[in-house]
Amino acid sequence: MFSNSPLKKNTMAFVCIAIAITIFVLGCGQKSEETSLSPSGKSVIQNSGSDTMVNLAQTWAEEYAAINPSVSVEVSGGGSGTGIAALINGTVDIANCSRQMELEEMAWAKQNTGKEPQKFVVGYDALAVYVNKENPLDQITIEQLAEIYGEGGKIIRWSQLGINNPACPNDEIIRVSRQSNSGTYHYFRETLLGTEKDFKLGSRDLHGSKDVVELVGRTPCAIGYSGMGYATEHVKKLKVSREGGKPAYEPSLETALDGTYPISRPLYMYSLGEPAGEIRKYLEWIYSDVGQAIVQKSGYVPLPQEERVMFSTQ
Amino acid sequence: MINRQRLETLAEPVIEWTIRLCGISAIIFVFGIFFFVFREGADFLFHKLDLVEFFTSPEWYPTSVSHKRYGVLALIAGTASVTLLAMAIAVPFGLGAAIFVSEFCSPKLKEAFKITIELLAAIPSVVWGFIGLTIMNEMIIDLFSAPIGLTVLNGGIILALMSVPIIVSIGEDALKAVPDSYREAAEALGATRWQVVYRVLLPAAKNGLLAAVLLGVARAIGETMAVLMATGHAVKIPHSLLDSVRTLTATIAAELGEAPVHSEHYQVLFLIGVLLFSITFVVNLSADLIVKGIRQE
Repeated sequence: MFSNSPLKKNTMAFVCIAIAITIFVLGCGQKSEETSLSPSGKSVIQNSGSDTMVNLAQTWAEEYAAINPSVSVEVSGGGSGTGIAALINGTVDIANCSRQMELEEMAWAKQNTGKEPQKFVVGYDALAVYVNKENPLDQITIEQLAEIYGEGGKIIRWSQLGINNPACPNDEIIRVSRQSNSGTYHYFRETLLGTEKDFKLGSRDLHGSKDVVELVGRTPCAIGYSGMGYATEHVKKLKVSREGGKPAYEPSLETALDGTYPISRPLYMYSLGEPAGEIRKYLEWIYSDVGQAIVQKSGYVPLPQEERVMFSTQ
Repeated sequence: MINRQRLETLAEPVIEWTIRLCGISAIIFVFGIFFFVFREGADFLFHKLDLVEFFTSPEWYPTSVSHKRYGVLALIAGTASVTLLAMAIAVPFGLGAAIFVSEFCSPKLKEAFKITIELLAAIPSVVWGFIGLTIMNEMIIDLFSAPIGLTVLNGGIILALMSVPIIVSIGEDALKAVPDSYREAAEALGATRWQVVYRVLLPAAKNGLLAAVLLGVARAIGETMAVLMATGHAVKIPHSLLDSVRTLTATIAAELGEAPVHSEHYQVLFLIGVLLFSITFVVNLSADLIVKGIRQE
């Protein structure tokens, strides 16, 4: 009598399906090895990560496909953290990062894949500070930026910077920032405030380098930061100086390379273990003059001549 | 013959089981989703999280180097403010439109109306978000001379526009389900059209209308992409309609992709998922209880 009760049948079905789902989910954690072959016999290099670098990585991939048709590089964005997460899971061959991997992440990658991530500096990027083109402000110091963005900072109005911003009647500075785990956000915070302090809450945290410039272009009261390659005609790049009284420099190739522009940073690519085969050839090509010319063409800063030798550091 | 009979006796339980599986799969999926979301965050919940800080602090610093703080009060306030504003706009408009479509308009107009409203429902949320980010942003800056247009007001209006089609179509169905004999009886007693609606139809259809409103609320709480783009995404407890806010859903959408897997930040984002799950569960449960309560009267 009990064996026919619907309750028991349902329980059994419940258990069966629960087990099936568990197996399915556990089975999804497959890892890929080396470069995989696509159905057409091409080698495929999986490349993902930094939103800042996605345009550059895409151009590299396209140019490389023209030179070396037997290799196809598949590029996706999503952010430095996304690329690192994929590297830890072993699903990409190269991760693009606009920040360094943290020690914790290195350890996870080692533990998960058995290989040590290798770091390559492939170019530099200058972070430009943008304001709306109707804003009369021309230059700013790192200290002022820290007062605007940092926790406890005192500058909240344009008049405190000594300017009258006629397009912004209520004088409030609208801070435009990035989501708190993007590489750009980390780098900007570290440059302004060091590692000890945080940004003020209440900034508009946008999800992409381009969105920041877009919003600043539409908002006369706004200030924002993003890669210098993202400038449009609706915004103005501010000159930045290290301290009050010191000269201010516009972000450009020269000022980023000679170190006079204070907010420039290296761009990284990470591979799992010492790269070999097609991945190694691809990275060597990126370090070549052709690859570095593409860096410049995409609005970033190429490596100086003496750094154009591929070497890795952990 | 024998073969066919055997086939039928075999087929019968197979079909029965398939249908049964379809029925219970919904339950299993819901519990499965809850279980997996909860499992990702459970470790942090039980070992490190200060629940008081979690619910009462407005300080959301998940990636601070020196002092990480996980307070979601500002995010809850963001979700609540945008949802409340959206409902304040969408409920009167939605129910009004449902009453008009079902009771007052001519059959031809009714068709045109329904098609338009369905078209409104078919606009993807990222398009709504884009409208918020561009057109509405500039309109709010001009109209209110606000410093920025990405505000509670912007998000609330966008969400209201997104919930209205749901409220209208479900509300209209509920009104249509009221038998015509009710309307005829009321009119025979000399009631005006307004009296028919107010005294007869609304009480008779209140379960369905409540369901329509609650589905609208659920849509507003769960919406992600549009509010991510339209509210300004700023961690801040709003003091006016012209403040920027950040919602629970938008926080998950913006940060989960870049949070290192299994880090504290990643786990806290999953706990926010559990929180959202609980909120919608409470909304649905109270709806069920209210509807049951109404039925028993």
